[in-house]
Amino acid sequence: MSMLQIEQVSKLFQASAFGGDPTPALRGVSFGIGRGEVVTLIGESGSGKTTLGRIILRLASATSGRVMFDGTDIASLRRAGLRDYYRQVQGVFQDPFSSCNPIYPADRVLELIRGAYFPRMGRPEWRAKIESALHAVALDPGDVLGKYPHQLSGGQQQRLLIARALLLDVRLLVADEIISMLDASTRVDILNLLISLKRSGLAILFITHDLSLGHYVSDRTVILRRGAIVEMGDTVKVFSNPQHPYTRDLLAAVPELHKKWHPAAEKTQANGAGGVRTSTQDRYRARPLARRHKPRPVSAVEPPALTQVAEDHFVAAAET
Amino acid sequence: MSVRVENLSIAYRTRAGEVRPVDDVSFSVADGEIMGLAGESGCGKSTLGNSLVYLEGRMRHLGGRVELDGAGLPIADGRAMQPHRMTKVSLVPQYAMSALNPTRRIGRLTTDLLRSHGVRDRGVMTEMRRRLELVGLGESVLDRYSFELSGGMRQRVTIIMSTLLNPSLLVADEVTSALDVSSQRAVGEMMIEFRDRGFVRSMIAITHDLSILAQVADTILVMYAGRLAEKASTGTLIEAPLHPYTQLLLASLPEVGVRHDQTTLTGIPGRPPSLLSPPPGCRFAGRCPFAREKCAGQQPPFVQVQPGHHVACWKVSEGWPEAGRA
Repeated sequence: MSMLQIEQVSKLFQASAFGGDPTPALRGVSFGIGRGEVVTLIGESGSGKTTLGRIILRLASATSGRVMFDGTDIASLRRAGLRDYYRQVQGVFQDPFSSCNPIYPADRVLELIRGAYFPRMGRPEWRAKIESALHAVALDPGDVLGKYPHQLSGGQQQRLLIARALLLDVRLLVADEIISMLDASTRVDILNLLISLKRSGLAILFITHDLSLGHYVSDRTVILRRGAIVEMGDTVKVFSNPQHPYTRDLLAAVPELHKKWHPAAEKTQANGAGGVRTSTQDRYRARPLARRHKPRPVSAVEPPALTQVAEDHFVAAAET
Repeated sequence: MSVRVENLSIAYRTRAGEVRPVDDVSFSVADGEIMGLAGESGCGKSTLGNSLVYLEGRMRHLGGRVELDGAGLPIADGRAMQPHRMTKVSLVPQYAMSALNPTRRIGRLTTDLLRSHGVRDRGVMTEMRRRLELVGLGESVLDRYSFELSGGMRQRVTIIMSTLLNPSLLVADEVTSALDVSSQRAVGEMMIEFRDRGFVRSMIAITHDLSILAQVADTILVMYAGRLAEKASTGTLIEAPLHPYTQLLLASLPEVGVRHDQTTLTGIPGRPPSLLSPPPGCRFAGRCPFAREKCAGQQPPFVQVQPGHHVACWKVSEGWPEAGRA
């Protein structure tokens, strides 16, 4: 039994204030996250990945289905129970600058935790706690304490927000696109930080649209398309042996440094600067990928059925 | 030579003072070349690209010249630039696809844009329809509002609009950045297609994403803190980079197939220097594992070390040994 169990979660959004058919953002999503496990939730924009993260954090509610944490339905939590839940489950989001109030020092996000969760803790003890949390995310207290958000880099701010979660007895971190706004040279440090936290027992739901980042960090991968799971399982299995046509197309579209989208293009590029390519016609025939994935309205809330193809590897039936 | 930039410096006014995000920059872009302009946030890549087409109010031309097809481009003079814009040089600014007027249909937006550049030829709209068809959108897009289109569709429409008069140079700033991988690919391939068909002679594609440039660009120019670090053909820059910054940047990129339990990637420790008070020598010296005394004191020149391969690094130009390499 996983620590967090998502069971048949669906979410409908009302299309407009004047009625109309509701849009399903999530359709019968089920998976679990175990202790110390990193699960990557991959999806393109509009796939429902952020909505699912918000439901786990109780920032949104499911239309049907439930989210169980240690065997308790999180929708039933009230006051003390909910506070205890947030002690253990925290979120970090894409834009660190919008997580901090620009008119207060950035470390106010840490002080707010003290007010809410540790009102009786003495100053020296609190100070030691902050320092150990900052140490865990490889931040020098002198670099960040008392500084305003604009004085910190994006990477420092994201670390600070992760440190904020670590002040609590956090067991699950929902990390929604936390590195997509960071520069490449600092991105990987945050990824490595997540991996070291995982080794100390933290479970992470890593939400991203970037397949290579997901592959680098996660133990298990869930691929979401139009609100439903198309493929999930052991990360190595899903990436090395993708079964669903959508997963394959996604992987084929990932720009890679050492491999061309079109092998034909490599020849002409070898000619050096300004070599005009002649493979226009081939390129044309191969192109309409975007068209193939043009979103059609999802009529049924019913998700496609999942079939097991190997141990810890599940694939959905193809949807038209 | 389609585009030649010589000793260009651009100042940018910020609240804390004037900075120089483009500092004595020289390079050229050949006919038919798609040059990727890469670098991290704040390195000056957008200021450099934008300055070739439109100097914002906060930007000031400090010196240097830009030549397009053998004639000088009056980039410092906004009014003199106007007849060149869209016809010879065109810009797709960052977030342009999110700035399309939502109260006008795409067709009307396009005719308004053309009229503001003095073009009333109906043949141009026929060409617009043809190009929409070419990128798989269809002319029905002309009757739709921008908010009815997906990000990938809007970005393709924006590029078609900017290149409708077949400019010699298109500067495309982060046109693939906010898109999903499948739309990224469609936009990237469209850029190559437009170059191949001669809709645009040369292109400067600004992005922080080197893996997109590996697909799209013929050459890549890497900037660091307002200066040029390295320029080479795409294959050379990615497979055999010489500047330590390029090497470390490439080593920090996860690729599909790389997992943490097999390969631990590392970032680059430290941060770029503040442009308000840049160091006198090499701007990367503070983060560079090979830096020596000379690096901190003297600025390395941007020199050609092999045909088509330019680097600004003392270690490379003076042939220091690889000692200390991680």
